[in-house]
Amino acid sequence: MNFVRRTEALPIAIFLVLALAPVAASFGAETYLLNLFTRVMIYGIAALALDFLCGYGGLVSFGHAAFVGIGAYTAAIFGAHGVSEIAITLPVALIVSALFAYLTGTVCLRTKSVYFIMITLAFGQMIYFVAGSLSPYGGDDGLTLKLRSTLFGFPILQNDRALYYAVLLFLLGSYLLLRAVVASRFGRVFRGSKENPTRMATIGFHVFSYQRVAYVIAGCLGGLSGFLLANATEFVSPSYMSWQRSGELIIMVLFGGIGTLHGAIVGAAAFLLLEDMLGGITENWKLIFGPMLVLIVLFARGGLLGLATSIKERLSRG
Amino acid sequence: MAEPVLRIENLRKNFGGLVVTDGVSLDINEGELHAVIGPNGAGKTTLINQISGTLEPSDGRIYLNGTDITALPPDKRAHLGLARSFQITSVLPRFSALENVALAVQARAGSSYQFMGRADKETALNDAAMAALTEVALDKRADLLAAHLSHGEKRALELAIALAMQPKLLLLDEPMAGTGPEESERLIGVLQKLKGRFAMMLVEHDMNAVFALADRISVLTYGRILASGKPAEVRADPAVMTAYLGEELE
Repeated sequence: MNFVRRTEALPIAIFLVLALAPVAASFGAETYLLNLFTRVMIYGIAALALDFLCGYGGLVSFGHAAFVGIGAYTAAIFGAHGVSEIAITLPVALIVSALFAYLTGTVCLRTKSVYFIMITLAFGQMIYFVAGSLSPYGGDDGLTLKLRSTLFGFPILQNDRALYYAVLLFLLGSYLLLRAVVASRFGRVFRGSKENPTRMATIGFHVFSYQRVAYVIAGCLGGLSGFLLANATEFVSPSYMSWQRSGELIIMVLFGGIGTLHGAIVGAAAFLLLEDMLGGITENWKLIFGPMLVLIVLFARGGLLGLATSIKERLSRG
Repeated sequence: MAEPVLRIENLRKNFGGLVVTDGVSLDINEGELHAVIGPNGAGKTTLINQISGTLEPSDGRIYLNGTDITALPPDKRAHLGLARSFQITSVLPRFSALENVALAVQARAGSSYQFMGRADKETALNDAAMAALTEVALDKRADLLAAHLSHGEKRALELAIALAMQPKLLLLDEPMAGTGPEESERLIGVLQKLKGRFAMMLVEHDMNAVFALADRISVLTYGRILASGKPAEVRADPAVMTAYLGEELE
């Protein structure tokens, strides 16, 4: 399979750039750049999880932002009650995400293709409206976190740079975890289910159960992403789980190159950096971004990564 | 007489008013190769789909080695020793030939809920897969993506997948469909070699293959078994002649 033979240079380069970015940022608008790149990495985690589902399992979820929202709200609700201990709040965020993934996955995974997209969207919207109706926690207006998560009582994430590196570690961990899972026995069954579920059933795999476990894994990582997002922005609102956010995650995956994992990180970076740059030019930045996306999808099937590879091949052919 | 490997009792399937399987009863014994022939639309693939579990019968019972499997899902039937090939080639196109087979081995070699460790580096799985590929003479093509194999090779790959499952009963749905004369000869050779190792049910239009391989033949028309018996008996049956074989054997 492709993921095995692909050179390791690009993922290593991506993580090196991310590791060194704060140094470069210290020469410029540090806080601003750190915040931007922290967001890139946080959305990178959610996009990675989505790429795992879409790119390897053929499960195009249009409700992945729901998990981001669940993770974020777990941190915020605990915070509102004065609990910010990461050793408590993060496991709870992951467990709630897993539970939501398990329950909704049980329903969603009985459907296929377009129906799967629609039903994941429906569950996403459901949780969006639930969050909007949580009046003790701000309702539609959202909720501010009084302080970032603490580890065993120490406010280690208070510093932006510390938060940045913590997020980087989580991103690296998620990436390595998913890479291992994709290549494992489980991952092979999951990938096979995308290719030909009937064949997988007739050789003895209960495809649904494997897909549900994968859905739970992706849900947990979505929750992790949301948990970190709440810490980074020190604010949560129902908009974190709107269907537009789910759509943006799909765009990130497509933009970077589906089914590669590190492509999802590139896609998240490209999306958020373009949003930032184009947003500086005009309020209607999507007017410029839209055509770019169309061009990428039309002419670079493998997203930005695919584009880079085909240019490299053309150059080496002379 | 030992218990038959496959016993079908009065199987019935209708899609609305259309009766596709109309009270089929059939036994396949240990090591026997039982061919099912019949004109297009006779309900042969529907029958295979019901036995393998991708289609639910409307009525009747199916037993595999005495176990009632009528209500079991396909994956459970596979674990009881039922393997099948498909009329329309059904492999994993973007997996290598070896990995296609290794997955079938993996399905019965411990848990697949293992999240670490490279599955494609597991020598036990690869060795068993390679052995199955060698049996169908595909060992030289092991590293090719299934999508890049020729049609005949894909048919052989399906067979290797089935072999790797160490089946008690193998359902073959037109394994020769779409293959050229040379490739069918090769496949007949492979099946000849496998014969006797496990029970097989062969649905096939290629009469050369059927008469070369079958121990018994059942003729299916309009979802009903018209005749069943040794190849010579079936060939001589006047009802079969008029219904189906006539023009092809002349």
